[in-house]
Amino acid sequence: MNREQDLVNDTLDIVADRAQAEVLADVGTMSLTRFANSFIHQNVSEDIEQVTLKVALDGRVASSTTTATAPDALVRFVDATLETAATQPVDEDWPGLGGPSEVAAVDHWDKDTAFADPMARAEAVKEFVDAGEGLLGAGYCETDARRHAYGNTAGRRVHGRFTTAVVDGIHQTGSSAGSGHACSVAMSSIDAGAVGALAAQRARDSVGAFDAKPGEYQVVLSPECMATIAVFLNVYGFNGKMAEEGMSFVDLGEQQFDEAFNLWDGPTDPGALHLPFDIEGTPKRHLDLVRAGVTTSLLHTRRTAKKAGTESTGHAAQGAEMWGPFAWNMFVGGGDDSVEALIAGVDRGIYVSTFNYCRVLDPKSLVVTGLTRNGTFMIENGKISEPVTNMRFTQSFVDALAPGRVEGIGDDARYADSEFGPTFIHAPTMRLGSWNFTGGASG
Amino acid sequence: MFDEAGLGVQAALDAGAAYSDARVVITRTETINVRNQNLDQLDRSETIGVGVRALIGSSWGFAATPDLTSESIRATGERAAAIARASAVVPGVPIEFADVPVAQDFWETPYEEDPFAVSTSEKVDMLVNVTRTMQDVDGIAIATGTLTFYDTNKWFVSSQGHRIHQHIVESGGGYDATAIGESETQRRSYPQSFGQYETGGYETIRAWDYEGNAQRIGEQAAALLTADEMGESETNLILEGSQLALQIHESVGHAIELDRILGWEAAFAGTSHLELNGLGTHRYGSELMNVTADATLPGALGTFGYDDEGTPAQPVDIVKNGTWVGVLSGRDSAAIAGLEPGGMVRADGFNRLPMVRMTNVGLRPGEGTLEDIIADTDEGVYMSTNRSWSIDDKRLNFQFGTEIAWEVKNGELGKMLKNPTYTGITPQFWGSLDRLAGESQWVHWGTPNCGKGQPMQVAHTGHSASPGRFANVRVGVKA
Repeated sequence: MNREQDLVNDTLDIVADRAQAEVLADVGTMSLTRFANSFIHQNVSEDIEQVTLKVALDGRVASSTTTATAPDALVRFVDATLETAATQPVDEDWPGLGGPSEVAAVDHWDKDTAFADPMARAEAVKEFVDAGEGLLGAGYCETDARRHAYGNTAGRRVHGRFTTAVVDGIHQTGSSAGSGHACSVAMSSIDAGAVGALAAQRARDSVGAFDAKPGEYQVVLSPECMATIAVFLNVYGFNGKMAEEGMSFVDLGEQQFDEAFNLWDGPTDPGALHLPFDIEGTPKRHLDLVRAGVTTSLLHTRRTAKKAGTESTGHAAQGAEMWGPFAWNMFVGGGDDSVEALIAGVDRGIYVSTFNYCRVLDPKSLVVTGLTRNGTFMIENGKISEPVTNMRFTQSFVDALAPGRVEGIGDDARYADSEFGPTFIHAPTMRLGSWNFTGGASG
Repeated sequence: MFDEAGLGVQAALDAGAAYSDARVVITRTETINVRNQNLDQLDRSETIGVGVRALIGSSWGFAATPDLTSESIRATGERAAAIARASAVVPGVPIEFADVPVAQDFWETPYEEDPFAVSTSEKVDMLVNVTRTMQDVDGIAIATGTLTFYDTNKWFVSSQGHRIHQHIVESGGGYDATAIGESETQRRSYPQSFGQYETGGYETIRAWDYEGNAQRIGEQAAALLTADEMGESETNLILEGSQLALQIHESVGHAIELDRILGWEAAFAGTSHLELNGLGTHRYGSELMNVTADATLPGALGTFGYDDEGTPAQPVDIVKNGTWVGVLSGRDSAAIAGLEPGGMVRADGFNRLPMVRMTNVGLRPGEGTLEDIIADTDEGVYMSTNRSWSIDDKRLNFQFGTEIAWEVKNGELGKMLKNPTYTGITPQFWGSLDRLAGESQWVHWGTPNCGKGQPMQVAHTGHSASPGRFANVRVGVKA
């Protein structure tokens, strides 16, 4: 039995029959090598071992997390959590615990990534930096290896492990920047030099950018931009808590998106990352959220599912009481078009490499304001013509994908960085009919 | 715990580090969330661990562990040195490290009422009451309240002889009411968006009179559904204090971080529109603009005794009469820039590398009151309480939205306006500052959710501000 399973069982043994209880143990190592001005300036590694306990005493619920996992510390931890719960009002929405369950037989784990040393990360950084000769590189290489175990007093026991590796960065000229990103279960499958080369090309191509006039443009959005759109759909739209509160745009069964648009959570997809269960131990399955433009499902935790009169979909994440469920394996459906073909279909439009600092103005209509960054280009007569300076947009992400708005989907789907981080959105390049830019770099 | 931290330092030195420091940190948190009179979350957590930093050549190595056995701490110190050494694969110039006085000290947040000693029942009951009051207003669908408390002990030891123990107590919270219309939502928050956080005990919560403001907040949220949409124009903009605090945070606080100016954050948080050769001459704003970074302000969220490099807390001038004169710095970045270190380096827990963070970056007060400013405004808008914030990677081009606004006509507040936004370019915007309210309305607003760094770190920062007025601002930008 692994350390994380021991922690779960030991904690539940201490609780014994004093309460309903569920325990999550997170054990692993996260390491990140960061570089700027083309040298490594911050380089960190962290051992992780923490236990999260939730107890319910006749519906009186309290939770607690600790990194102090010695046997005597666990006893104090359990006793304190029970004591806290005992004096609280009943949580009317407490959904109870799930019984025994089976999770999908996936193992998104790469041994070499799990044990990658700082030299391996430094070598990847060197490849990225060397790909931009004469430019200034900045970014990071991260390896993460985690083992999670979940158990509860209703007999549910699940455990799993995953690794992720990320190379992400920019190259800069004196007046421009370009970005590149790659993410995988295995460090060995990332070509850091290629990531750096793309960043360098975008930076060099961005020299001499001009201020484009604000207005409605056709756009070709990179996987990074589409990942940001998807994560906003994830957090604000398909979130069962937002839906229950009447704050989501989702109208199940309706053709809310273009028929070319598909979105799902795919923990068992080839190349997927993370775990096949959530922090409540609920198994994850393939879950279509949008199929051929029709919204088909919401994400649920046990709490939101109880309120909606349905079953959890396995999307409880840390902070779910506050923020609601979250999909960790979200896929935006890919297409058949090359990026060149997508650009060729634009008379006059904008290609965007990444979005930056996107914030919701209204969650229900999913109107978002944000900026472009690290490579924005004018497209004229089917070809990229000139670089443009960063632009501000104010756009409903739902309207942007509405029926008739998706003009083409790329064949380049991959894990992409998003506004809320990497490793959980897999997306292609996409051409959209209209995007509302409200200002340029100068206002 | 000094001995445990010292073990890590010695191990890093033995492994070849030129300098090392370590922090043992114990952080207790309590989080209470109530939604529509139901206790949704009661969480009491504790993290304990040690983080060791080692400097070799051009790079820091940092390693952390929650395991405080001697064997583990020594291994962590050695790992920090090994990580720093690996950085030589992509080397830079050797890092200098500015001297600061070697301190052996204890510092503690002044507080009256230990927030962890106040019964959770009292706290939950108070939040249940405020959500009930808001829900009793017609049209309010969701009413939520939250309280969060932090109790942090940290022991800092450096290879230069620092031995500093600090005990920092932070308290905060707030609530909001949401009204949901056919195709829109409207929200009002109190005391500000995401709550108001300060250093101090439960007395800081009591001072905000949560229950006495709940009715008004609920009524305003409901009224927003039928309020007029703000139209697009260029006009006088009066900002309520907490929104001005966020404006300071985003368009001044981040821009003056020396690590951003030096390019260390270029790929993620971004850089800055400021260049060091403009320090002392660059025009940041109008004559009314006087900004300090002061980690000694009693009660402010970014107040402490020493930063996480052992540099004493201190007030630093940032903008004087509109001219940029100071930065936020640490011992390494200050040495590169040829400046004195400002004591602005902090880490988010034992397991994060200390980095340049805002302390209390605030705007010194002016004269009079908000009411005076409104009375002196023929035409304009008054906006309150942040709803959205977006700014570019150089901290130049911004767009903010607030929860609520009122038109101002002939010196009086007029009708309520919904979905207010304003946009601008940092130096022009601050150059248009023409009125600032005085000390009686100067509040140490707190931002508990400032994200920066990779791995991500969340800092607690303070921003003192009173209401102010800006001329000729573009408002009401539409989708």
